[in-house]
This record gives sequence, C-alpha cells and structure tokens, in this order.
Amino acid sequence: MTLEWIGDVLLIVVILPVVVYLLFGVFTAANGIVPSVERIARAARAGSADLDAVPLLLTTQDQVAKTIQAAANYGGSLDVILDDAEGA
Amino acid sequence: MPAAGVVMIIAVVLIVAAIVVYLVGTIVALRKITTSLDDAIGAVGEILQKTEPVADVVADINANLDAGVDLLEGLLVKKAGLTDAVGLIDGLYPGAAAAGLRKFPKSTLIKAPRIAEVYTRGTLTLARLGREAPIAAASPNGPALRNPAYGSSAARTLYPDGRAVHAKALPRSPVIGTNSPVQYDPDEEVGGPRRRMPATSSERS
Repeated sequence: MTLEWIGDVLLIVVILPVVVYLLFGVFTAANGIVPSVERIARAARAGSADLDAVPLLLTTQDQVAKTIQAAANYGGSLDVILDDAEGA
Repeated sequence: MPAAGVVMIIAVVLIVAAIVVYLVGTIVALRKITTSLDDAIGAVGEILQKTEPVADVVADINANLDAGVDLLEGLLVKKAGLTDAVGLIDGLYPGAAAAGLRKFPKSTLIKAPRIAEVYTRGTLTLARLGREAPIAAASPNGPALRNPAYGSSAARTLYPDGRAVHAKALPRSPVIGTNSPVQYDPDEEVGGPRRRMPATSSERS
C-alpha cells in the first residue's frame, strides 16, 4: 500500500511535469516554425511574381540584335564615307 | 478499490490528457507548416521555370553587345587612329581613357591627347549629346542631358532688338595632326583663350 502511494506521488510530482514540459517544448518549437515558413512561402510567391517580366527579355534580346545590326549597317556606311586614319 | 489506485488512475488520465492536448496542437502546427511548404515549393518551382531561359537570353544579349562594342571601337580606331580615339573618349568621359579599349590593349598605355583643346567646343557639345544614351549614365560627370529650357537659344529671345544670332563667318574646325596647316602649341594656349583661326574667303562672302 505504501509503495502504491509512493508510485502515485512519483507519477504526479515527477512524471507528469516532465511529460508536460517536454510536450510543451515540442509544441512551442512547432508553432515557432509556422510564421517562418509562411514568410518563406510569401517571399517565394513574391519572387515568382517579380519574374513575370522575364519574358520581356526575349523582346530585349530581339531589340539588341536589331540595334547592333543597325549600328553595323551605319558603321559599314561610315567606313565607306570616311577616310581611314593615317597608318590605320 | 483502494484510494491509491484511484489516485493512480487520475494521474494516468492527466498524463494522457496532457499528451493528447499538446500532440494535437503539434499536429495542427505541423500541418500548417506542410501547407506553407507546399506553397513555397510551388512558388520556387515557378521561379526555376521562369528563370530557366534567362541564362541563354542574357548570354545572347551580351554576345550581341560585345559585337557592337567591338564594331564601334574598331571603327573609331580605324577612322581616328588609336591615339585620337583614346583622346576623344577621354574628352567626352574624363578618366575613361584609363580603362582603355577592350580590343586594343595598348590603348591603356597611351597618354590621352587633350582633344577638347583641339576640337571646337561645338564639336564636343555635339558629341556629348550622346551622353543621353544609357551607357553614359556611368560618366564621372554624371548624366548630362540637354536642357532645352535653359539653352542658349532661349536666352537670345531676351533681346528683341535684333541681336545677332551668330557671327557671319565662324572659323572652321581646325585640322589636326602633324601635317595640319596650323600647328597646335599646348604651351601657348593652355589656360588662355582659344586662338581664332582666320576665316576662309568663302566664309567671308
């Protein structure tokens, strides 16, 4: 009988607080991750939205090629019109 | 049932209740994490998908721009000569001559002639208009754009009595080079006003 009471006291005074402490630690840690992960998700969505303009690079690529082609044409004409420098 | 047994049952129930409460809370939190991670992974996948062609496109743009730079540098050097080309660049963008021309490594060794003292101010002004180009934004003097509101032509309108817009005969831009008819002497002209060249007969008439 005495041993049973000792077991009860151990259960209530030692085991129960330890279990509660450990579980509370796990619960707090899991809850602490949630806002961080949500921020990561928001940042990833925002980053993805920022990249919506990437297809415009294709237009830039096309325009750059045309501009360089026009410059090359002008350069060719200038090469014909202007005399070369001495010794060139 | 003995009292000790009842207390034990109550204690065990309390422990199980605590376990249930906290584990349920943890499960809910983990589910939120899983949902958010799914969103994040989806968005990261979109980012990867959208940035996939960027490297090739940028490489192509850079290749075209490199070709353009080589073309313009080559043309400038061919027409003006390496020394005058460096001087012209340094006249437009002071200090830029130190970087030299990419295809002409010797250009970094050339002491840039002071082209700004040889060419007329109008020639350089015309050339500086090119600083409106985005590439000129990095000029040491900052982006110098034309400001039509404060142009010299606007100031002339303040003289309604017919002030001459410009002289009847202006000297032509000097011919430069070792064989030029008028030799430029830096010791004579540096710091002083420009010597005016004689107007030709066609300009006087």
